[in-house]
Amino acid sequence: MTIIDRIKSASGGLLVHKSRSVLTILGIVVGVAAIVMISALGENASKVIVGELGGLGAETIIIRPGKEPTGPSDMASILFSDSLKKRELDAISNIPNIVDVAPEVLVAGKSASYQNQTYRPMVLGFTASFMVNVLDLKVSQGDIFYDSDIKDNAKVAIIGTKVKEQLFGNEDPIGKNIEISRQKFRVIGIFDPRGQVVFFNVDELVLVPYTTAQTYLMGIKYYNQIAVRASSPETVDSTVYEIKTLLRDMHKITDPTKDDFSVQTQQGLIKQVSSIINMFTVFLTFVVAISLVVGGIGIMNIMLVSVSERTKEIGLRKAIGATDNDILLQFLFEAMILTFFGGVVGLLIGFGLSVVATFLIGLFLGTSLAYSIPITASVIGLVSSVGIGIIFGSYPALQASKKSPIEALRYE
Amino acid sequence: MALIEVRDLKKEYDDGTKALRGVSFDVEDGEFVAIMGPSGSGKSTMLHLLGLLDPMSGGVYKLEGKNVNEFSDYEIAKIRNKKFGFVFQMFNLLPTVSVFENVKLPLFYSDVKRSEWDKIVTDTIEKVGLTHRKDAMTMHLSGGEKQRVAIARALINNPQVIFADEPTGNLDSKSGESIINILQKLNDNEKHTIILITHETGTARHAKRIINILDGEIASDKIIPVSERLLAGGNHTIK
Repeated sequence: MTIIDRIKSASGGLLVHKSRSVLTILGIVVGVAAIVMISALGENASKVIVGELGGLGAETIIIRPGKEPTGPSDMASILFSDSLKKRELDAISNIPNIVDVAPEVLVAGKSASYQNQTYRPMVLGFTASFMVNVLDLKVSQGDIFYDSDIKDNAKVAIIGTKVKEQLFGNEDPIGKNIEISRQKFRVIGIFDPRGQVVFFNVDELVLVPYTTAQTYLMGIKYYNQIAVRASSPETVDSTVYEIKTLLRDMHKITDPTKDDFSVQTQQGLIKQVSSIINMFTVFLTFVVAISLVVGGIGIMNIMLVSVSERTKEIGLRKAIGATDNDILLQFLFEAMILTFFGGVVGLLIGFGLSVVATFLIGLFLGTSLAYSIPITASVIGLVSSVGIGIIFGSYPALQASKKSPIEALRYE
Repeated sequence: MALIEVRDLKKEYDDGTKALRGVSFDVEDGEFVAIMGPSGSGKSTMLHLLGLLDPMSGGVYKLEGKNVNEFSDYEIAKIRNKKFGFVFQMFNLLPTVSVFENVKLPLFYSDVKRSEWDKIVTDTIEKVGLTHRKDAMTMHLSGGEKQRVAIARALINNPQVIFADEPTGNLDSKSGESIINILQKLNDNEKHTIILITHETGTARHAKRIINILDGEIASDKIIPVSERLLAGGNHTIK
């Protein structure tokens, strides 16, 4: 018997029980679809985030207070650590290869209001020039604030287009005062619409001088992070080294594992984020693989039923010359064809769903995401579904091949 | 050398039933032997052992002088494919495929060249007079037609021996007669050795020799004189 004969004969057997065959492979279909979807979304999410981080520019270095985060619990130590203050800022500014320094102060959970309108924007204390330069933002209406405003703790703000719409409607906001935490801020500029950039949405932003945020909004003396720009991508590594040495020296730290700050570069961030996403993807894929195993058990059950139902056919085939091997292969091929077919259907459904999901996420984030077919995951999905056919089909197939022809022929 | 030679053949089932208690006889090439006996006498067991469908528990069975216990499972499968043909009371056809496909089935397990298959199948179906039904699904056939398909399938590899287990048992007398006539012609004209299991005397009298089995032993073994034989076209209800 040739392989084509075996495939034809096995398909014939499956087509007799169409609805049963379809129900049998549901588990495999769902499993493979889920694998494809998770990988596609994981791959795309990773691309989006890497793309966003790319927006930071290769020369950007981020210095955070607190020790290097290894898990979510360390995030608190970053937010509340006060290891980066004006003293550190000034020292860092003096490192030769650094061309720009911008401390950042996060202002969480504050509303902004103008007359009767209230809106909850993202309030950030920073330097306007750094943000405009690094993220390539434009302020075509009004102006940005400068070092003098920072020095004077000026209560000025640049707002995003969404903030403007929510608070001012069609009114011109320039020169008007918005209120945040009972403090009045004069609107001096409006960011051009841009949407999501790195980890926030420019359109929902209220940018104030970091000194102002410290003094009037947060009442703190420290910074949540300091962004630094090196003179060129080539000097990033040596600059990082210099920053670390400087801070350790200032904080009298001899053991690098006890650093009360962390320094990250764009490359480092990309690596870190990618590895987190990969971990999630692998974990989810593993969870989904369990559904494939469950699908495999379903296939084994149905195959066992099928073997017992077709005892007569097995007996007959043996009586007319089929060897044990012929019978074994016949049932194994049936299981493999079932799971292969299930895998293909699962792939198609997975592609379909992930295209839709990518589109929806793109809509949500306000950017259009490119969809790419997860080739590795597709191959893994297809191969593992056929593998499951072989693994879970072999026991029923072995049972079938061991039937004595007479026992099989007598079976009513 | 006899084609089939059995000595003290025994079969005991797992539940302790002694279906054959030691039978000995020879079958020559070209014989037409009817094995008769009431239900439970061991006649079907005999056919299963002779057809190498079931292993024996004791005794010796030589096929063309070779002890069958020395054959491997693979060799036995090949013997069932090429040397033997089986016709069963329940027909045992694949119901969801055509007459043509049913008859072709043994060729999948043979080494006959694929290019010859269609001709062999067509010729064999013609031999049993079913050319007009060759594309019909076997589940739509009458009992007599089904048994003819089964005979065609048994004949496809031109076997030396045809084993027929109550082939007329599920048929009306007219269809039964036509089936037995086909078997008789196969013996007379094409020299196939036929071993027929039946409990109907009329059917058995088409054979050249009748072995009677009772309680797992041979009660009688007689050659039928030509004058007493029912010939093809004869009426098997005549005593």
